[in-house]
Amino acid sequence: MGRMRKLLIPGVDKALLVRDAVKSMPDLTRRRFISGGASLGALTLLTGCDVTDSFSAEEMLKQVSKFNDGVQALMFNPNAMAPTFPESAITKPFPFNAYYNLDEAPEVDGKTWKLEVRGLVENKKSWTLDELYQLPQVKQVTRHICVEGWSAIGSWTGTPLRDFLKLIGADTRAKYVWFQCADKDGYNSPLDMPSAMHAQTQMTFKFGDEILPRAYGFPMKIRVPTKLGFKNPKYVISMEVTNDYKGGFWEDQGYNSFSGS
Amino acid sequence: MSAVTVSDQHAASTKAKTIQPAWVRALHWTNAFAMVLMIMSGWQIYNASPLFGFTFPRSITLGGWLAGGLLWHFAAMWLLMVNGLIYLVMGFVTGRFRKKLLPITPEGVISDTKAALTGKLSHDDLSKYNYVQKLLYAGIIVVGILIVLSGLALWKPVQLQYLAALFGGYEGARYVHFFCMAAIVAFMVVHVALALLVPKSLRAMIIGR
Repeated sequence: MGRMRKLLIPGVDKALLVRDAVKSMPDLTRRRFISGGASLGALTLLTGCDVTDSFSAEEMLKQVSKFNDGVQALMFNPNAMAPTFPESAITKPFPFNAYYNLDEAPEVDGKTWKLEVRGLVENKKSWTLDELYQLPQVKQVTRHICVEGWSAIGSWTGTPLRDFLKLIGADTRAKYVWFQCADKDGYNSPLDMPSAMHAQTQMTFKFGDEILPRAYGFPMKIRVPTKLGFKNPKYVISMEVTNDYKGGFWEDQGYNSFSGS
Repeated sequence: MSAVTVSDQHAASTKAKTIQPAWVRALHWTNAFAMVLMIMSGWQIYNASPLFGFTFPRSITLGGWLAGGLLWHFAAMWLLMVNGLIYLVMGFVTGRFRKKLLPITPEGVISDTKAALTGKLSHDDLSKYNYVQKLLYAGIIVVGILIVLSGLALWKPVQLQYLAALFGGYEGARYVHFFCMAAIVAFMVVHVALALLVPKSLRAMIIGR
């Protein structure tokens, strides 16, 4: 993510490099687990536990991560609101963050863009930006927390996702709302229904009272103040209400899927 | 059943000589293992977004990259928390904390520090801690509690926002978590060095006597 930009070599086709890097990541993860295990050699001798066995270590970590999904779902309180801040607390400039440079961010044409709605919903019609702008909007100043550890406070204005889900007749007993994005390698992420129905979860159209800039996901970002940043998809092109776990861009590479905050 | 009786008698006769009971030894080494996993994976996570102008060398981090570090950290945390909770409960219930760590007097700490620095601190009776040890062991228990609480605040700054607020919010909790880690690492360096200087203390922590 932020660090990947530093890895780019001048003169090399960045787009190709990033695509290759991203494709090789799941495999890299595996090899890196092995190296992580190997540096635990002394520990292995001490305990007799074979942590260098990458497959069992990796499998154990995956199982614990699934267990942690469950624990976080249990801890999730739908009535607990993320802290809100005064406008004076807004981080300026609010950072751009992606696995590519800003000049490679999707350029969506707001006039032709349509939000596709799929899955377990009564009304599967697509929505134009003008139609979405007609919906009632609310503003909230909340903290965005990145999985990397940094955080930034932003002002987000848009329509509560739960109002929209109600409007389109979504089956809110379904497990997930799965988002797909216009990012060049395809970005997608599943959002569990309780988090999707949280009062602060928002289809965001504005940042700091201005139309959402390209850097922050024009034309629509899903802002989830109860989740880490990578669970807040930008440049959204479709949403699907589903009971299937369809994985996600970062989730598939080992990041915890619930990643609540 | 007879085997049990024999071992009971054996335990009774050697009880006076037991410096570290089995539960202390088991929890101590489990804690050491969990701590090392937490610290090394924590350094990996720190490197993704450093608080200060340095990062930890790759060779001493665990997980290979951020996602791996997080997986290790959020797995080992259960071991650390459960083990730590059992230690706290046992420490209070058995009276070990009161017997071993109290009282801690400033005079005692000063005189024992002087004795240690001049090489005159006695280690003849390992079942009794000197005042410097009492202060450090009690202190590291407090730091251990703080690092778990600040860690929970970082993990769940919304669900546990009142806990996070105690540390000055999410960003404050990051600094508390970091400095607690630094204190634990500093403690470990001194602790391991002293254990190697007084090998019988290491033996006591392994076999109990």
